[in-house]
Amino acid sequence: MSVTQLVGAKIHRREDPRLVSGHGRYTDDLTRSGLVHAVFVRSPYAHARIKSIDVTDATKAPGVVAVLTARDFEGVILGPMGAAPGLAPDKKVPERFPLAKDEVHYQGDPVAMVVAETKAQAADAAQLIEVDYEQLPAVSDLEAALQPGSAKARSELPDNVCWDLTLVPWDATNDAFGKAEVVVKERIYQQRLAPVPMETRAVMAEWARFDGQLTVWMSTQNPHLIRLPMALTLGLGEHKVRVISHDVGGGFGSKIDPYPEDFLVAAAAKKLDRPVKWNETRTESMQNAYAGRGQYYDVEVAAKKDGTLLGMRVTQTLDVGGYAMGFCTFMVIALIVSGGAYKWPAISARSIGLFTNKVPTDAYRGAGRPEATHLVERMMDKLAAEIEMDPAELRRKNFVQPGEFPFTQNFGFVIDSGDYDKALTKAMELAGYQDLRERQAQLRSQGRYLGIGLSTWIELCGFGPAAAMAPATGGLGLTESSQIRFHPTGSVNVYVGTHSHGQGHDTTFSQIVADQLGVPYESVELHHGDTAEGPGFGFGTYGSRSLAVGGMAIYMSCQKIVEKAKKVAAHVLEAAEEDIVFDQGRFYVKGSPDKSKVMGEIAFASFGPLPPGLEQGLEATSYFDPPNLVWPFGTHLCVVEVDPDTGHVDIQKYVAVDDCGVIINPMIVDGQLHGGVAQAIGQALYEEMVYDDSGQLKSATFLDYAMPSANEIPEMVLDKTVTPSPTNAMGVKGIGEAGTIAASAAIINAICDALRPLGIDHVDMPATPDRLWKQIQEARSKAVSSDGSKGGAA
Amino acid sequence: MKHKVATTINGRGREDEVEARLLLVHYIRDVAGLTGTHVGCDTSQCGACTVLVDGKAVKSCTMFAVQAEGRQIETIEGLADGDNLHPIQQAFWDEHGLQCGYCTPGFIMAAKYLLDTNPTPTEDEIRRGLEGNLCRCTGYVNIIKAVKTASQVMSGQARPAETPVATPASGS
Repeated sequence: MSVTQLVGAKIHRREDPRLVSGHGRYTDDLTRSGLVHAVFVRSPYAHARIKSIDVTDATKAPGVVAVLTARDFEGVILGPMGAAPGLAPDKKVPERFPLAKDEVHYQGDPVAMVVAETKAQAADAAQLIEVDYEQLPAVSDLEAALQPGSAKARSELPDNVCWDLTLVPWDATNDAFGKAEVVVKERIYQQRLAPVPMETRAVMAEWARFDGQLTVWMSTQNPHLIRLPMALTLGLGEHKVRVISHDVGGGFGSKIDPYPEDFLVAAAAKKLDRPVKWNETRTESMQNAYAGRGQYYDVEVAAKKDGTLLGMRVTQTLDVGGYAMGFCTFMVIALIVSGGAYKWPAISARSIGLFTNKVPTDAYRGAGRPEATHLVERMMDKLAAEIEMDPAELRRKNFVQPGEFPFTQNFGFVIDSGDYDKALTKAMELAGYQDLRERQAQLRSQGRYLGIGLSTWIELCGFGPAAAMAPATGGLGLTESSQIRFHPTGSVNVYVGTHSHGQGHDTTFSQIVADQLGVPYESVELHHGDTAEGPGFGFGTYGSRSLAVGGMAIYMSCQKIVEKAKKVAAHVLEAAEEDIVFDQGRFYVKGSPDKSKVMGEIAFASFGPLPPGLEQGLEATSYFDPPNLVWPFGTHLCVVEVDPDTGHVDIQKYVAVDDCGVIINPMIVDGQLHGGVAQAIGQALYEEMVYDDSGQLKSATFLDYAMPSANEIPEMVLDKTVTPSPTNAMGVKGIGEAGTIAASAAIINAICDALRPLGIDHVDMPATPDRLWKQIQEARSKAVSSDGSKGGAA
Repeated sequence: MKHKVATTINGRGREDEVEARLLLVHYIRDVAGLTGTHVGCDTSQCGACTVLVDGKAVKSCTMFAVQAEGRQIETIEGLADGDNLHPIQQAFWDEHGLQCGYCTPGFIMAAKYLLDTNPTPTEDEIRRGLEGNLCRCTGYVNIIKAVKTASQVMSGQARPAETPVATPASGS
């Protein structure tokens, strides 16, 4: 039995004092004796052949230690980079050497590396490198890339198709569309986004020549998942590679997969026998960080006039970029959850991945699930408008009902739990839905455009399970690990395979341990971010998995500790093991709670003389393989007013009712939601990576890429429902991505709802004033001309 | 060619020889070794490098180190009084005004300037006072709350929140 006193409490984060006082340890804050600095020379073209690289002048420049091109790394970097099988195993994966050898495939593709005594000297020398390029035709636009006769992003391939995967054939929905009384269609764009962690990437590597050991410090979400490819690529044993990541200044998915520079910095350290550091500039980050989204969806929904859903057909067209990297196929998951919170007799789905001459795409906060929510929630609103039904009623009519869980959805995934109407109803009550509708009618009569948008989102997260994940990763299970070690005086070190980059794991995980073991919170120290410590492997932090998978690994180790401690307590208390009771950190013999020993005393005793057969010490290691994913859900409701004369969107109210199961620390949960919603506001209203037709990135700085500031983010009203997950013993689900998954649909639905009187029924993202103003002007001129023609006919 | 520069950082005078092109932020980080001041962009938009120069909030990537000659510079490391956090730092902690923490020193220094010049700002004034700083984690909600709380504490309208110390009822 355990206490649940800290779980559920707002505990202030123990990581904060060092961070608010300027004592964080981000990678670029670190140094080594004899450190040299790297700068990369990058292609100015989106697609070009490298004819020659002249490094003569650069090599002679002051302070230069080495100028390195692809050839210099032959024999040091053994393997090319590539993509995991992922959700589209049957795809083209062109080999990528970390420095381009013959051809560059996006603007920013690294072609040479300069290492010098100072960063400034390296940057100066990089200017002296002459690369002779033969520019090749480039393809930037995703729709253009699909056209026959399009320019090819990669010269060696017949066309731009990386994969073309039909998950469920169109025949499966013939019946639905045959019976349909109403069909709504839309093409929904998901613009490319820059992930923009405030700390750009940084890598520092040191080679201990006589020990044959490589140490790499870097800003990453998953140190073990860096160590593995690093060891393989450099031809070292994993036991000879140590990856250390202290504080990480945000990731949002962009610090999961390794990058060319990671291998190059490590290889240069080994080759030059000097510690090497590289810190990305923001412009480099905008050009080179694996981008988010970059897709469009062609969606058709078949329904009855009473709102009963019959079927959906959805085609995803996805911008892979110039190389197929890491988990580029993960976003196919958008199709798998495209049905959202609703019951669909059938869904047909196809995904097409296309190469373009842009930076590769990869997971970005939510990764596929925001896209799924956006498409299904947009279609629900379009359908509701078409059949003149209240959008909330249409949702209610088609929800999977509480009694229907576990619910096997269209793609065979089992949704573990849910109570969708409860969250919807609560959100509507909090927002005052009926009053809002009345106010909307009033304002409409005054020529004002108020809109109410709903998003009843669901999410699948907490990857594993191992059996399901192994085929996608190439054999690894996406389980999670923990190790708990007691010291004789009763304090505890906890090691985990996840890795916080702002999520506050030091705090929440310590809350779990203190509760489960009944030890003081202050006596628990959490460790992550160093592959030399703790369990042999870990999978890291992404996909809202750290609590539901990593937290459970901690829970398991706590259980093992208690089991062992009972044996020790039986010895100390001179009783049979089966008579020992563990209650709130105390061990006693059944019926004698007054003569108890606390966990610390048992820990001390575990290092003393023990009976034969009982090993000394009190520690445990666990790997948790989740039996299923976990399925958070909720309803977000957004109220906007659109100014028709400027196209400006004013978010007047934002209500979010989310259900992430049992909550460990409500303060941190709300913080995750605030940030997630803000990121989706960024996508819905402001942000877009803009490339011109030749593949030049036009939004490569914060001057051109509109990250929301404090002026753009509204107050938020947050509330919860709690539906414990039956998938794990703690009843927890993920919350890290929920805000981002939910919010863009609520905002765009609100804008469309506002503009419906003008005949506007769909708006693309980002819904900038410019875009909306043009759309409003167009709609008004259409209305005038149709009024005019009517007038003429009369 | 190197130039002499004499500055006072967090109350301590120092003299260094630096390149004319060395930015103040790199001087603070790489020469003075105070790495709490961060670099988040290269176009002076993000505010992660905000410090106080003669009491004024300055993005330290917009100044050369040599321009700091004779100036008083205050960085995030200079705010706390020993182990006692400055009320703004404490408020960021209390209100969960940070997640990854990378932008936080810049926000705190910008907030300090805001509260030094306007001790009781309205919410709108806080938002505008912080518009030169970018955060990707918090959605600004709790940052704004933190600055409000700090304002109340510093102007004597509220007592500093006691940071809850969590201890289970039993087990120790």
